[in-house]
Amino acid sequence: MEVSNLGLKIWRGDSKAGELVTYRVPVREGMVVLDAVLWVQANMASDLAVRWNCKAAKCGSCSAEIDGFPRLMCKTPITEYGGQVTVRPMKAFPLIKDLVTDVSWNYEVNKQIPQFTPSEKDLTSSEPWRMQQKDVERVMEFRKCIECFLCQDVCHVLRAHDLKGAFYGPRFMVRIASLEMHPKDVLDRRPLLKGKAGVGYCNVTKCCTEVCPEHIHITDNAIIPLKERMDDVYFDPVRSLIHRIGGGPKKTPARGDPTPGR
Amino acid sequence: MTAYETVETDVLVLGAGGAGLRAAIAAADAGARVLVVCKSLLGKAHTVMAEGGVAAAMHNVAYQDTWEVHFADTMKGGKLINDWRMAELHAKESPERVLELERWGAVFDRTWQGRIHQRPFGAHTYPRLAHIGDRTGLELIRTLQDRAVHMNGVEVHMETTVFKVLKADGNVAGALAYRRADGSLILYRCGALVLASGGAGKMYRVTSNSWESTGDGTALAYDAGAQLRDMEMVQFHPTGMVWPSGVRGILVTEGVRGEGGVLRNKQGERFMERYDQERMELSSRDVVARAINSEVSAGRGTPHGGAYLDITHRKPDFIKSKLPSMYEQFLKLANVDITKQPMEVAPTIHYAMGGVRVEAETGATTVPGLYAAGEVASGLHGANRLGGNSLSDLLVFGKRAGEAAAASIKANPTTATLAGIDDADIDGAIAELMAPLERPAGESPYKLMAEIQDVMSKHAPIVRDGPELEAGLEKILELGTRSKACGTGGSSTLAFNPGWHTAYDLGSLLVNAEALLRSALERKESRGAHARSDHPKTEDHLTTVNYVVEKTTDGMHVRAERQPPMPAYLAEVLSQSHARYTPEATE
Repeated sequence: MEVSNLGLKIWRGDSKAGELVTYRVPVREGMVVLDAVLWVQANMASDLAVRWNCKAAKCGSCSAEIDGFPRLMCKTPITEYGGQVTVRPMKAFPLIKDLVTDVSWNYEVNKQIPQFTPSEKDLTSSEPWRMQQKDVERVMEFRKCIECFLCQDVCHVLRAHDLKGAFYGPRFMVRIASLEMHPKDVLDRRPLLKGKAGVGYCNVTKCCTEVCPEHIHITDNAIIPLKERMDDVYFDPVRSLIHRIGGGPKKTPARGDPTPGR
Repeated sequence: MTAYETVETDVLVLGAGGAGLRAAIAAADAGARVLVVCKSLLGKAHTVMAEGGVAAAMHNVAYQDTWEVHFADTMKGGKLINDWRMAELHAKESPERVLELERWGAVFDRTWQGRIHQRPFGAHTYPRLAHIGDRTGLELIRTLQDRAVHMNGVEVHMETTVFKVLKADGNVAGALAYRRADGSLILYRCGALVLASGGAGKMYRVTSNSWESTGDGTALAYDAGAQLRDMEMVQFHPTGMVWPSGVRGILVTEGVRGEGGVLRNKQGERFMERYDQERMELSSRDVVARAINSEVSAGRGTPHGGAYLDITHRKPDFIKSKLPSMYEQFLKLANVDITKQPMEVAPTIHYAMGGVRVEAETGATTVPGLYAAGEVASGLHGANRLGGNSLSDLLVFGKRAGEAAAASIKANPTTATLAGIDDADIDGAIAELMAPLERPAGESPYKLMAEIQDVMSKHAPIVRDGPELEAGLEKILELGTRSKACGTGGSSTLAFNPGWHTAYDLGSLLVNAEALLRSALERKESRGAHARSDHPKTEDHLTTVNYVVEKTTDGMHVRAERQPPMPAYLAEVLSQSHARYTPEATE
């Protein structure tokens, strides 16, 4: 629908109090929600807090809830909304001000995930590594993640139940998957998955996949395979037994985590 | 006076893009305590926008490729005013830096033999760009980010802006910063400071750069007494989106042309034939940008003032697999299906070749204890940067600057600087930062920024001339006076107040703009990104000349400085190169 101006409702306030404020924004051709928000900032509300960087859906800074749906503001044309649209901050994270939330918890989680660990042989080899395209393609999907944290925002374990101490959230399942399925990684992160990362909390509703702006199949390609890997060790009676008598995977368990099967 | 918290470290790194993170890793590897300060969240820096790849002569695709060829391509692409020692180090060391990234977990596209694949790019003689689809920068920053946060001794302060570099007895001794979230102040004490803060694209209206690219690093260095170099050299990327107006400036990767895209004017003519018959669309960026500009000026532009970039002759599946994010970008933002319709593109401000003057080996600036790497530094790219050379730049020189900074700590430990910082410096800088909050109703910083952008777009466009530059300089100086008295746009809150933050950014932008205009006036020739209609020729006697900017007691001063002669072994490499060198109007 073509309109000459937009009724843009933006949530204004901090952790203590706030309200939706309506601004009238002149519409330009090809305008996205972020343009409208920045127009308000430059012309009507100089202290309107909002995060953005690349304005091209590559950095994942401008995450917000647009008419209730978690999206990147820079990738959302206002034409999708007719003459009215409401923008709120992500609900799953503590509010700092207006559209800016405190996402630092995500960075703390990332520190807890043991980093990429190649074998000693690969690490000390003087030859460049050889890997096949089909082997690296599997993890490339996960490495597309731009850390917009929209999946974390929509995940009901984090959003509705606030179980941040028990479950790392979809973003970090993707992160763990990208390490676990890296052709050169030898570390076993399954104890972490079962323990602190809490993959068991995910009950596969696929909301995260639906909001991912990079179209990563978070549930199908990352979380479910991770669950399956873990189940192999912990819950499959035969494999679990094999594992216990020493025939388990040759991967080294992540330091500081309980060894599976003991 | 406003209170501040004091934080101590060995090496303070300003910026968390590729160069900053690589420097942090190198400094921590050398045993230093490192603190990285960045204006945005970690992992959002402009490095993520690099799409095409990282240039390194690994000869995985073309066995003939060597560091010598890469060196010559870089020098000729930069129209020979590059710091040849930097170009040499860069060409020699970038393969090692790329392989190192792989060992830290980066995943590159592969050749059929399982080696890292390399794609062709503008003005590179051989296929040379290691890449991951069209999101190489993201892979690079994510790999470095993960490496850095898992290291002992590396700490990151996000969403914190440095506004003053402090010295003690001539050495860098610390910096002052504010936290964006609540406006609280921090005094960092350090033994060395690495600037890795990127460019200043925000001084133009149409740019691929984000709000962060306000040239803070160059301005801070200038203010601390460091020399700047080649400030007239800013790169217009030939292909930015032009329509709809809301997306004007967003980058269209050179990969489109790398994969076969052709440029046409409104008459359907493949006009690059007239500008660079040999390399056509894959000519260097300065040539292609100027060609599009000339077509538009001659009335042969598209309806929205650009050129058509057409890749529809390729199969839809090919386009979607090789250029997935471009396909999505145009479909979503412009309602254009690039498998069926041509894209409309025009030049957009993309990169600053100029910046802080550094020593090739160490990244040391002319101020002891101050280092610079990446886009904020100058020298490697000369008058024009080749695509893919920025990612290798920040790996090679990020590492070198980090190592040198860590080594300098031994001679100049942080503790030694405690007493030397002048309190008046601290108080003065804080007072200046806080001043707009006391006059919120003063002129709007957003409006002033838009005016700066208008002045630069009008007076320092792709093709410049003396009188326009002069007039632009006058306006920028006048805007400088007005900015010193500007408000915040209406609010005096300390809590996440972008109006106040923008008021500070104006100062940085103005230093960059003034340095650009003054240097452009001095360089009376056309070379690379610097084209002047009143001096259309490339002057041979200026091939070894760089323009250096310095702060003096009576304002900004620009002088010409001659480079030391190239050693024979490098001159030999250059003379044997078959790469094209395209000086203006002398062919």
